[in-house]
Amino acid sequence: MNSRTTGPRGSRRRFVNWLLGTSFGGMVLSVLYPVTRYLIPPRVAEAAASSVTLGFGPADIAPGTAKIFKFGNRPALLVRTVAGELRALSATCTHLGCIVQYRQDLGHIWCACHNGHFDLNGRNIAGPPPAPLETYVVRESGDQIVVTRGA
Amino acid sequence: MSAPSVVRSWWARASAWLEDRVGLGGLGAVARKKTVPIHRHTLWYYLGGMTLFLFIVQLSTGVLLLFYYRPSADEAYESVQFLMAEVQFGWLVRSMHAWAANLMIFTLFVHFFSVLLLRAYRPPREITWVSGMALLGLALGFGFTGYLLPWNELAYFATRVGTEIVRVVPLAGDFLLRVLRGGDDVSGATLTRFYAIHVALLPATVITLVALHLYLVQRHGMSVPPSVERQGGRRREMRFIPDFLLRDLVGWLSALALLAALAAFIPAELGDKADPFVPAPAGIKPEWYFMFMFQTLKYLPAHILGLEGEAVGVIGFGLAGVLVLLIPFLDRGAARGRPGRIFTWIGVGILAYMIVLTILGYAANPTK
Repeated sequence: MNSRTTGPRGSRRRFVNWLLGTSFGGMVLSVLYPVTRYLIPPRVAEAAASSVTLGFGPADIAPGTAKIFKFGNRPALLVRTVAGELRALSATCTHLGCIVQYRQDLGHIWCACHNGHFDLNGRNIAGPPPAPLETYVVRESGDQIVVTRGA
Repeated sequence: MSAPSVVRSWWARASAWLEDRVGLGGLGAVARKKTVPIHRHTLWYYLGGMTLFLFIVQLSTGVLLLFYYRPSADEAYESVQFLMAEVQFGWLVRSMHAWAANLMIFTLFVHFFSVLLLRAYRPPREITWVSGMALLGLALGFGFTGYLLPWNELAYFATRVGTEIVRVVPLAGDFLLRVLRGGDDVSGATLTRFYAIHVALLPATVITLVALHLYLVQRHGMSVPPSVERQGGRRREMRFIPDFLLRDLVGWLSALALLAALAAFIPAELGDKADPFVPAPAGIKPEWYFMFMFQTLKYLPAHILGLEGEAVGVIGFGLAGVLVLLIPFLDRGAARGRPGRIFTWIGVGILAYMIVLTILGYAANPTK
């Protein structure tokens, strides 16, 4: 070691280096913090629908068919069973979030992405989906269909 | 003085003037001294350069695409449609970009497996291996982000599934999903995010890493496989300039011809515009290089040992990636020139797994 890092001059140099180092670190942090916050998307108020009136009536959906409708800003599936009963479920697969469809040949709900199967109560009956589809309450009032989130 | 000698002396004076100011003449000298070993595995040395050439094709065609592409959910699909139908040679530029991307990933995988099986990662080339692995990851990131940009149905669902995967990260999963998508769902916000990553962040990072990778290859020279080293005998080599470079050039021109032919005969498709309120179409598939992972996720049951099957699969792939990244540090025998059957079998195993699962993915009946 020489006198540059020991003795009074050395300790002053160390102090200045420490100041420079911490200021540099502080500057890096003061840049990184806003950049990180900037990259996190702001929360947008979601149209958290608890009830929707569909744009089509009970007569527009034949037995053994299904239609996709907007439940808030999420897709949902309205199925009329072969017996004529209306069922509404979330159309977002619980596996990896694809949009499911009603398969007439199978008589139940199917996800094309990873071959997941659900019955008309939303239960995951085959394939990789780990949980059932959320189900909604369907009411027919005259020529209108109203879907509400179950209690 | 005759005319040629006037030109020559003018050229010499201009070069000297430039050398005084820029001083990069040393690089030329280094390049002229570089040699490439000749042995029965020399062919594999061309794969890295081929990948670099295809990357340059990607940069050039990508810049051209930027002149017409509009990154918004309302306009992206229409701008690509316009590019394909109205812009002169628009179909060519986009098809070249799509095909070169596939070929680049392919040559990158071949490069990766040749380095792995010839054990070119031996010390002191560990950092070359790690930077190469990072480049492989970034190339897959290029593929994943670029796939969404035309905003068509296939891309939309591939992105929904692909981003959903980060959910398996413990605790921070939902947060990471939101950061990646720019919101809770795949939307226009995801598109601008992927656009920024695809055209700015990734190119800048990849160019920097390629520079490091090439510097390291330059510094350590080409690795001679241990099997060739053990044979002994006289070492043969060729000069990089012009012998190797001219052979490289033959490969690059052939690749360009192949690209042009593929773009002309099988142009890139566009399909239907993405619609978040339409079911995923039957037979939906990711890009071929993600197929083996996609197919694995299809086979996994809903739950394995109390965990979601998908989480087990994704964590499994993550661990396998880390293992491959650490091979140069694990394969201690290779450093001392000993034959190491285990790592050869690991390499062959990974290759076989990827090929079999990819074939199964394409052979599977999409509606079953």
